[in-house]
Amino acid sequence: MSFRVVHYINQFFAGIGGEEKADHKPEIREGVVGPGQALQASLGDDATVVATVICGDGYFAENIDKALEEILALVTPYKPDLLVAGPAFNAGRYGTASGGVCAMVGEKLGIPTVTGMHPENPGVDMYRKNTYIVETADSARGLRKAVPVMAELGLKLLKKEALGTPAEEGYLEKGVRHNVFLSRIGAERAAEMLAKKLRGEEFVTEYPMPSFDRVAPAAPLKDLKNATIALVTSGGICPKHNPDHIEASSASKYGAYSIEDFDKLSCEDSETAHGGYDPTYANDDPNRVLPVDVLRDMEKQGVFKKLYGTYFTTVGNGTPVANAKRFGAEIAKKLKADGVDAVILTST
Amino acid sequence: MVKEIEREGFPVVHVCTIVPISLTVGANRIIPAVAIPYPLGDPAKTPAEEYEIRKHLVEKSLKALQTEVSEQTVFND
Repeated sequence: MSFRVVHYINQFFAGIGGEEKADHKPEIREGVVGPGQALQASLGDDATVVATVICGDGYFAENIDKALEEILALVTPYKPDLLVAGPAFNAGRYGTASGGVCAMVGEKLGIPTVTGMHPENPGVDMYRKNTYIVETADSARGLRKAVPVMAELGLKLLKKEALGTPAEEGYLEKGVRHNVFLSRIGAERAAEMLAKKLRGEEFVTEYPMPSFDRVAPAAPLKDLKNATIALVTSGGICPKHNPDHIEASSASKYGAYSIEDFDKLSCEDSETAHGGYDPTYANDDPNRVLPVDVLRDMEKQGVFKKLYGTYFTTVGNGTPVANAKRFGAEIAKKLKADGVDAVILTST
Repeated sequence: MVKEIEREGFPVVHVCTIVPISLTVGANRIIPAVAIPYPLGDPAKTPAEEYEIRKHLVEKSLKALQTEVSEQTVFND
């Protein structure tokens, strides 16, 4: 008997369209669609992709609970033994959707689930405990490498075979610990590790410390009337024609542009460089992403003292965390030097 | 970016549509926005109505910036 597999993909991989179709509602189709072909090839005769659920990334992200319910209702009649989602690479909304679908279907139907993401995908930290997330490259170039690993892991789960460590199986740690017996006691292993560390040699820890990179909330703004407020965005708003060529995805830079002489932004002077959402609405009225109009009016009314004369902008679309950190730190230094009191950061 | 700016000691409010991502990333003051392609607007409304939606979100943002928080906080209506 062949196991039954349902595959979840987004509107882009289903060939329905890009951002202009991101509001595509959940639907299910018999058999494989798009990357499902590669998945079926890797699964071989042991398992069959009986159906593919497709949902637009925008629709999912804006209606998470409703979308999950709709997807569950579509998947359930197909009686899957396994659900595979993605891979989503470093696409944030797709990763969130893939992880969310895996977590919910796994819980409600009691079946194993597997997805694939780049380690920096925000879906990883959200769902790593609820599903198996195979480590992938940051873009669809990694599809050929990722799918066979996902398929093999899925088959092992279906056949209830013992799994090796996350590194051996190719998935990102779920935070589950198993007891194992080793021939040498902990003290010996720890001493050996320490000696290696002191000699500057490579060693592998048996218990990696979790890295909770949290920043404590800053003290609130005390005196709004005398405050200078700055605007920052990851929504890609920039002067018309994107003079500094901020990339539409995986941004390597940010821009700093004057709004000193602007009462509002308009389609005449500004646009978005972002390649991860339908730009129509932001291009028509950039204030929808960067609210210069409202803030300028409030400044004139004396609600606060000053709208800082420069806004900082980048494209948050598969942007490496290391880049985003650097942008943030550099922007913060400039804001500090100029006596800004508080920051409004908008994201799409 | 939110976190690195806050690390310098500024209160930062994150106006964003996908609140779960903001929570995962570590923003401390979060305002849920309208939709991904128009977080502070709504093209289905008239320009005047849209302005009011945007003004409401900005007013909430300023209020959040003046609110003492000890942990990640989502400011709903």
